[in-house]
Amino acid sequence: MHGFANPARFLRIARWLMPLCMGAGLVVAVAALGWGLFVAPAERLQGETVRIVYLHVPAAWLGMAGWMSIAAASFAELVWRHPLAGIAARASAVPGAVFTGVCLVTGSLWGRPAWGTWWVWDGRLTSMLVLLFLYFGWMALSQASEAADGGQNKAPAIFGLVGAVNIPIIHYSVIWWNSQHQPPSITVGKSAMSGDFLYPLLFAMLGFTLVFAGCVLARMRAILADQQAEARLRRKARADVEAF
Amino acid sequence: MAGVLKAKHQRLVLLSLALVVLLAAGLLAAWALRNQASYFYVPSEIIAAPPEPDRAVRLGGMVENGSLRTAADGVTIMFAVQDGKARVPVTFKGIVPSLFVEGSGVVAEGRMRADGTFIADNLLAKHDENYVPREMQDMTMEQAEKVVRETK
Repeated sequence: MHGFANPARFLRIARWLMPLCMGAGLVVAVAALGWGLFVAPAERLQGETVRIVYLHVPAAWLGMAGWMSIAAASFAELVWRHPLAGIAARASAVPGAVFTGVCLVTGSLWGRPAWGTWWVWDGRLTSMLVLLFLYFGWMALSQASEAADGGQNKAPAIFGLVGAVNIPIIHYSVIWWNSQHQPPSITVGKSAMSGDFLYPLLFAMLGFTLVFAGCVLARMRAILADQQAEARLRRKARADVEAF
Repeated sequence: MAGVLKAKHQRLVLLSLALVVLLAAGLLAAWALRNQASYFYVPSEIIAAPPEPDRAVRLGGMVENGSLRTAADGVTIMFAVQDGKARVPVTFKGIVPSLFVEGSGVVAEGRMRADGTFIADNLLAKHDENYVPREMQDMTMEQAEKVVRETK
């Protein structure tokens, strides 16, 4: 792990890994969406509206995975003081929040035809909305603490770990509480979903996960480049002052 | 002891402990909410502890097979919601969601009348976790479930 403590080594790997993730992810995601939208059958009760699942479920998974990445990076930052951990957390926040937003919007669009309502305040929908607000709060806090002091910013890491409590709550909300949202169709080792829907869905999840990884790597490179540019400007300013 | 531990091991132990405590606190809070955070009552709960007649509540369960009738006015429907242990008769006047069919899930918003009938102001369809293509719709539920099981 600490081999990556040197950002130069990370950057060497990210340089080819990022386009690979992004390219492969886009190909797989577009193919899976094409499969889901044009080839997969309509559902017995829901008809064509079931096709929104191929965007909704990957978005929900990545919204939650984004926060799990923030939490894991926060843990690494607090325990091992890994120099890339805070950057990884900051890089995961925006893609995670975007996917959470996509999940909420597609869920709302799906809820209208399937349930007869755009929104209900049940356990699943409410906890997912809370996750979106946690992302907003986390981004604001990490930006503020970065502006305040580049070195010691433990507050976002602690927030990242505390916010992770919401993840099992989102997952179990439909199991613990009676809710409008149905219980999970796919659990470890079995699926209540016919293979006609399951396989394009799994491919869509794989594709969007690769796209997500590509986004995180790209943002990590951008943040590192920003930091290097900043450091160079500081050095230059100092040299100018000394020369003056 | 702390002197023997390296600083990063100490942080690892402390942070892991803090995480376990935090997770336990979150789960306890969720456990305490288990009754309050439910979106609806199921029929057996509403019969065991009927709400006051004018309180707005939600009733959720399965639409009992063969119970759905339309009244003479053509827009009022009557059906029963059951959860396998109890059943509650429901009356609703209005447009039903397209997924509302006998044998599938429903959430009714409304109030309990003193005679034990639930007057619904709004119906929401619930769909279950099963996704079955149209080609399988002529099979019985058991056949369809078997096909779904085989594809897992």
